[in-house]
Amino acid sequence: MALRVGCAAAPGRSLENKTGAWRVFKPVFDPENCTKCGMCALVCPEGCVHETEEGTFEPDLDYCKGCGLCVETCPKKSIRMEKEEK
Amino acid sequence: MLEFMEGSHAVAEIVKRCRPQVIAAYPITPQTHIVEDLAQMVANCEIDAEYITVESEFSALSACLGASAAGSRVYSATTSQGLALMFEVCFNAAGMRQPIVMTIANRSLGAPLSIWNDQQDSISLRDSGWLQFYAEDNQEAADLHMIAYKVCEDHDILLPAFVCFDGFILTHTYEPVALPSQEEVDAYLPAFSPYQRLDAADPLSLGMYATPEYYMEFRYEVDRAMQRAKQAFIKAGREFGERFGRDYSGLVEGYRLEDADTALVAMGSICGTAKDAIDEMREHGRKVGLLNIRVFRPFPAQEIADALKDVSTVAVLDKNISLGNGGAVGIEVKTALYGSGISVYDYIIALGGRDVRKRDIVAVVDLAEKGEGDIFYGLRTEVL
Amino acid sequence: MAEVEQGCELFSAGHRACGGCGPALAARLLLKATGKNVIIAAATGCMEVFSTPYPETAWGVPWIHSLFENPAAVASGIEAALKRQGRTEKVVCIGGDGSTLDIGVLCISGAFERGHDITYICYDNEAYMNTGIQRSGATPYGASTTTSPVGACSLGNPRPKKDMPAILAAHGAPYVATASIAYPNDFMKKVERAINTPGPCYIQVHTPCCTGWGFEAGETLNMAKLAIETGLWVNYEMVDGVVEKAKKVSRKPVEEYLQKQKRFRHLFKPARRDDVIAQIQAIADANAERFGIDIKRKESSE
Repeated sequence: MALRVGCAAAPGRSLENKTGAWRVFKPVFDPENCTKCGMCALVCPEGCVHETEEGTFEPDLDYCKGCGLCVETCPKKSIRMEKEEK
Repeated sequence: MLEFMEGSHAVAEIVKRCRPQVIAAYPITPQTHIVEDLAQMVANCEIDAEYITVESEFSALSACLGASAAGSRVYSATTSQGLALMFEVCFNAAGMRQPIVMTIANRSLGAPLSIWNDQQDSISLRDSGWLQFYAEDNQEAADLHMIAYKVCEDHDILLPAFVCFDGFILTHTYEPVALPSQEEVDAYLPAFSPYQRLDAADPLSLGMYATPEYYMEFRYEVDRAMQRAKQAFIKAGREFGERFGRDYSGLVEGYRLEDADTALVAMGSICGTAKDAIDEMREHGRKVGLLNIRVFRPFPAQEIADALKDVSTVAVLDKNISLGNGGAVGIEVKTALYGSGISVYDYIIALGGRDVRKRDIVAVVDLAEKGEGDIFYGLRTEVL
Repeated sequence: MAEVEQGCELFSAGHRACGGCGPALAARLLLKATGKNVIIAAATGCMEVFSTPYPETAWGVPWIHSLFENPAAVASGIEAALKRQGRTEKVVCIGGDGSTLDIGVLCISGAFERGHDITYICYDNEAYMNTGIQRSGATPYGASTTTSPVGACSLGNPRPKKDMPAILAAHGAPYVATASIAYPNDFMKKVERAINTPGPCYIQVHTPCCTGWGFEAGETLNMAKLAIETGLWVNYEMVDGVVEKAKKVSRKPVEEYLQKQKRFRHLFKPARRDDVIAQIQAIADANAERFGIDIKRKESSE
């Protein structure tokens, strides 16, 4: 693909890089205990925690690096980290 | 109609007519009259531009880069220490393909500190990706700015340019200059139409970083744009000639070279002195000519080789020195003439504003014809 | 396109920040606060490097990176150009603490002195992180970095943090604030205020770095909160040079913060350095005094 003048690129190209492959632990969300506060989605550095139709939240495992900020932030402690079996 | 004016003023008047939207400049001798004139024009609402009184030359070029990337035509001017301070931004601006036009009022570089003319400053940035044009007189200094904007802003080129004219010798001397009208300039140089710009309606990330997988190809692209700039200059210079009666379709310009045995090669105002000296030598039957290099980057190697092919001796006048290896123009001319059999001699001359008179030009020709070259001309051995 | 699929994420996933990166969160929150009508001038540094390896950009807004030390000068030019063109995008600089407090001081001082209508966000992870954790003017007293390392004759960084907010307030900036990713809504509100305040505004946002400071990735926000709770970081706003609204805390001893980070480990192992810990406590106490952050109990005798 032709180089873009000025070493430039249009938005969204980073999505080609699926950082989910970095993960050792993955977050497991428990919608039963979710108060729908949205803090997990707000503080994810990847922006890959998304609201479901029910208003609860789930991670996009294509990008989740398993950092655990959502776990620490959840006021209900309804997210836990689990070692991922690959 | 010719008007008698200071070189700096001529440049300011032309820059005004080129309609920059953002001017960011820092004062430094001998460029000050240009930026002062422009400031007065802005204060009088004669130019519709933002004038940023930046806190350093580094910031001047950075601000120009930002404004250019945001889609405005920009202008700056500097010299010597100021240009040296811009070193990092120069490479950055060329790599980011911003069509910035900047006047260089050529001045020597410290240490030791000197405010007087030589061409060390712009020549020392010959690797940077900036086009470089050298004016012989104030008319050329003015004209080359219009041509520079046209060439730089061409979507096939998109490179910044230095328009160089000798500090004090040209900046502060009064010469007759023909200034075109605003309408004439507008017809030659239309409004800036950026290739791409920072725009929320069409976002892009500009100036990303390149891994080894991509970096070489980006640099190759800049070099190719540089090579294309030769034709772009010729085309813009020819059109300039058709509109204004002064032709700039040559990257180099020969003077009485047709039957010359010995040729001087030089850039800038020294060419004027050289031409007068050549006329006198010709009256005495000496077959001497001059090759004036107007465009130093991209380097017109083929044009130089073609122009000098029938000459037996070449004397390059270098108002600069690549310390440890002689004058830069000499080095590059020797490369262009490699394999030709022509004797090429390099003379480091007029550094730090030392005066050059016609008799000095004659003396250089004498030395070259005797086979004595690759020296500093006119050293005051008594102070060594 | 892609960002529409993600909801309104103007900072896309797929960037190469460490898991748990404080600055990455700050970038996301920044763009949530600015919205689309913004032009970002970025400095070389962690955020620039992890978000723009050609061609994978994470930025969904116009963004330019020139050099390490010049985003404020680049922004000055952008602002001038937009003014001439009659455009409305907000101009926002973003640089790390190294770029902002050290190498970029020339440009930021000039831009603020000239009064350009720009907002400068400094993401403060307290060292030159991208180049491998070297000491900057924002590195706190006693912290170990690779250029202020602990050794046989050194106890780490011997200087306190440079007070950049005060320096910029002294330039006449109408709005200067500190913030922290521990309080993301507060940070976003401050960004919104800054971009809507005419003139040069500055926000220094505390963004702990798990890799550089030496703590587990998931602890980033806890660390940011502890910094505030110990008084080593104060969240405040300055309007026309006068401090308003400093966040009040029930203060914890600095030790609780220091002992959780490898960069301060030398204060505890192989032996406790109570003298240095006391000096750091004194810094926190001085902050508390200066900004009035201690929640006063009714029976306080002061």
